Amino acid sequence: MRFGVVTFPGSNGDHDALSAIELGLQQEVAPVWHKDRSVDGFDALIIPGGFSYGDYLRAGAIARFSPIMEAVTDFAQQGGPILGICNGFQVLAEAGLAPGVLLRNANLSFSCRWVHTRVETGRTAFSNGLQPGTVLRLPIAHGEGRFFVTPEELAHLEERQQIVFRYCDEYGNDDPLANPNGSTDSIAGVCNERGNVVALMPHPERAYDPLLGGDEGLQILGAVLRSGVEAAVGR
Amino acid sequence: MTITTEALREVALTRVEYDQVVELLGREPRPVELGMFGAMWSEHCGYKNSRPLLKKFPTTGPRVVQGPGENAGVVDIGDGIGIAFKIESHNHPSAVEPYQGAATGVGGIVRDIFTMGARPIALLNSLRFGSLDSPRTRYIFDGVVGGIGGYGNCLGIPTVAGDIFFDDSYTGNPLVNAMCVGVVDNSAIMRAKASGVGNLVVLVGADTGRDGIHGATFASVENPEESHRGVIQVGNPFLEKLLLEACLEVLQTEHVVAMQDLGAAGLTSSVVECASSGDVGIEIDVQKVTRREQGMNAYEVMLSESQERMLVVVREEGLEDVRAIFDRWDLHSDVIGRVTGDGNVCIMDGEAVEVNVPASFFVDQCPTYVRDGIESARIANARAFDVDSLPDLSREDVGDALHALMASPNICSREPVVQTYDHTIMSNTVLPPLAGDAAVVRIKGTNKAIAVKTDCNPRYVYLDPYVGGMHAVAEAARNVSCTGAKPIALTNCLNFGSPEKPEGYYQLERAVSGMADAARALETPVVSGNVSLYNESGNEAVFPTPTVGVVGLIEDVSTAVGMTASSGAVLLLAGQHSATIGGSEYLKQRHGMTAGAPPSLDLDLEIRVQKFVQDAIASRMVHAAHDTSEGGLLVAVIEMLDGSLGSALDFSCLASENGGRLDRLYFGEAASRIIIAAAPTQVEALRTLAEAADVPLAEIGRVNTSGVLRMDDATSIPILDLHDSWASGLKR
Repeated sequence: MRFGVVTFPGSNGDHDALSAIELGLQQEVAPVWHKDRSVDGFDALIIPGGFSYGDYLRAGAIARFSPIMEAVTDFAQQGGPILGICNGFQVLAEAGLAPGVLLRNANLSFSCRWVHTRVETGRTAFSNGLQPGTVLRLPIAHGEGRFFVTPEELAHLEERQQIVFRYCDEYGNDDPLANPNGSTDSIAGVCNERGNVVALMPHPERAYDPLLGGDEGLQILGAVLRSGVEAAVGR
Repeated sequence: MTITTEALREVALTRVEYDQVVELLGREPRPVELGMFGAMWSEHCGYKNSRPLLKKFPTTGPRVVQGPGENAGVVDIGDGIGIAFKIESHNHPSAVEPYQGAATGVGGIVRDIFTMGARPIALLNSLRFGSLDSPRTRYIFDGVVGGIGGYGNCLGIPTVAGDIFFDDSYTGNPLVNAMCVGVVDNSAIMRAKASGVGNLVVLVGADTGRDGIHGATFASVENPEESHRGVIQVGNPFLEKLLLEACLEVLQTEHVVAMQDLGAAGLTSSVVECASSGDVGIEIDVQKVTRREQGMNAYEVMLSESQERMLVVVREEGLEDVRAIFDRWDLHSDVIGRVTGDGNVCIMDGEAVEVNVPASFFVDQCPTYVRDGIESARIANARAFDVDSLPDLSREDVGDALHALMASPNICSREPVVQTYDHTIMSNTVLPPLAGDAAVVRIKGTNKAIAVKTDCNPRYVYLDPYVGGMHAVAEAARNVSCTGAKPIALTNCLNFGSPEKPEGYYQLERAVSGMADAARALETPVVSGNVSLYNESGNEAVFPTPTVGVVGLIEDVSTAVGMTASSGAVLLLAGQHSATIGGSEYLKQRHGMTAGAPPSLDLDLEIRVQKFVQDAIASRMVHAAHDTSEGGLLVAVIEMLDGSLGSALDFSCLASENGGRLDRLYFGEAASRIIIAAAPTQVEALRTLAEAADVPLAEIGRVNTSGVLRMDDATSIPILDLHDSWASGLKR
């Protein structure tokens, strides 16, 4: 399977995404430049973390107008698997490819630490094959990761199984103290209705080697190997 | 024409220095020339008070690829890989505008690293503040921490280690030292050495504005708050990220002959340094420099300290390729001049000659001063105070004293700070902040890792600059050794008061001597560094603070250990048994004093202890190691226990060597000692190893799951209570 990792000006998680796919998942991967207009030849895309365009104006707000985003949007509409991580989540949310908005963390401070997240559904491109309830330990590193939707939107997301990951304690239990940024309903990751676009704040691409504190991110990155091939064939 | 005192003050030159300029030139300097001499002959750029002293440092060794004099030092770690690193101060800007001061400090040191062609992989910072009880200090503290995180996080370089220390001496003049570490292919190191007459001088990055004019000059005078208004630069980490990626890409081509970032003194120092180190001349036209605002004159363009700019010397035939790369990264670049053969720095403003001066005048002819230092009688008296004349701590008070120390700002948890720094990005961080005595960062594509740490106990340096200077080097190296790494080189940042005062010069001179002797003994050459003098406010100097950053090498990354002991482990003290409360955190906390002689330091023992611990870790006999620093032995033990564990301690074997005093035994400080944690089955082998290494080894306790710290069968304290004290120290 061939992955593409989009680099915007200010992206800084692109190197980790490339390393995680190449060293951790041992799949083919190549960078995609924000000024490109095609994603032909890729089976899955990663929109990585960072500070695209310096997060000026609003995180992700400028990157969504990059030339590559048209091709990314087409790829999504054709059912291609896309994973948005951290700033990539913000970009996808701004582009309307992922639901919700991301606000400044409730404590108004950047937060870098390891958290636990629980898989809520196995129906998406990046949770395919994972049992709901599976607990994954992943790092977070963000200042604007507080997922927000209105109660109506939340009900809508629940109903359509668009909540993919929630923050939890190490045993998988709900715990308000385990919610690191004040996200609505402890939501850490969501998907579009179809389930091919997944976006989350934690960093699976930094958890691909036990030497670095954990390799459970590979379960998310690897899930697409099962679902992605079908999706790619289906397009 | 006679120069006014006012004009001289503006460029911070003395009348004697001005006369030297006139003599060198054989004429009065033009206004821009005078401004450039002021900047280049400032302490910040010219090291005029420190250069003779810096010669004491050992700067060579088998691993040294690049010593001092370049943008950063480089050491060889094998396989053709070099580690480029340097530490630098941004003290005065941070005193006035803490967020931007600290942010641009990070920006400056990162540029120094990628200018060498190295990919930055880690950031560290060493910070000194007044008491957090002061709202002003709290504002500075929050701003500095925010600026470091804001800039480093955006760049995507992990901030992995550092140190923070509070003392009233820093109230008006905080210290912000930032260190960056990068990885470079030893065969592809770029230097700031212009060459090739006719080659083009390209300025890339931010447009040039009026910000920061005279920054280098004002870094070299006292009273930062008064002097720095209006000269603070504002950072743009997004632009720096583009500059970083574009410069590293440009260096992959064959077209670049030299690169020099614009830091202190802006275009002035980068043009002068490129010309001087390459033994060539450079001619530029300031009209070619894109400005941020209208109406800037040549003087302002040459002395602007606008951030995120880089000077690149390019072969003419490669210009198109180089500019195409900058364009791809949406970076603006201008060809502003050429390399010439006459050795002169020539600055044109269109047709008008603003500067025409041999580059060497700015650099080689910079005056240096060797002064006579005198020790302050007040400090000598403080050191002479007999700390053993104080009443000993009673056993009933041990618990209270311990709680107070755990909550002390100098000891308590740095978690609230490090959590705001991204330390997992780049997926290299093996030992994150607080997990070990130093951070461990792997080198991708190899089995190796480096361990990095900054340190300096300024109280020791204050009380005895020579011994304190040795301590700074030994402790930073010891921390690195505690992860299993072998220290291989160091960088330092000399933060001192005015060298023009005999007491200040004495501290600088003695501390440098102590550092040099320790660096030589520990075989950690000094490969880069920075000097920040005039750290004073209200006529009072800060504690002398020669911050040391050490880099160590781990050949097999899988052997690295942190500081957390596991249940069932035996705790052993390797090294020095005797401690003192002279210059200790305990003495400050309990008795409100900074006095007494700081711990002595036997460099031979230090070397043996560090080597022993490195060997024990490499052979996997030890699963945790921790240096005992501020707070002494008990504090160190607690730092090794996570909240669910407990420990039964028995320090009786150390009692006699501490004169039977509880304060020395529990809270006294000493160099050359490390607590190691090992499985009981390893103890015999460790004893054998220690004996062969001539290192004293004493069993001081066992780790259990009781959740209680039990000391010498007398005092019991729940560990969680201690952790609460420890965790709350930095919170409001």
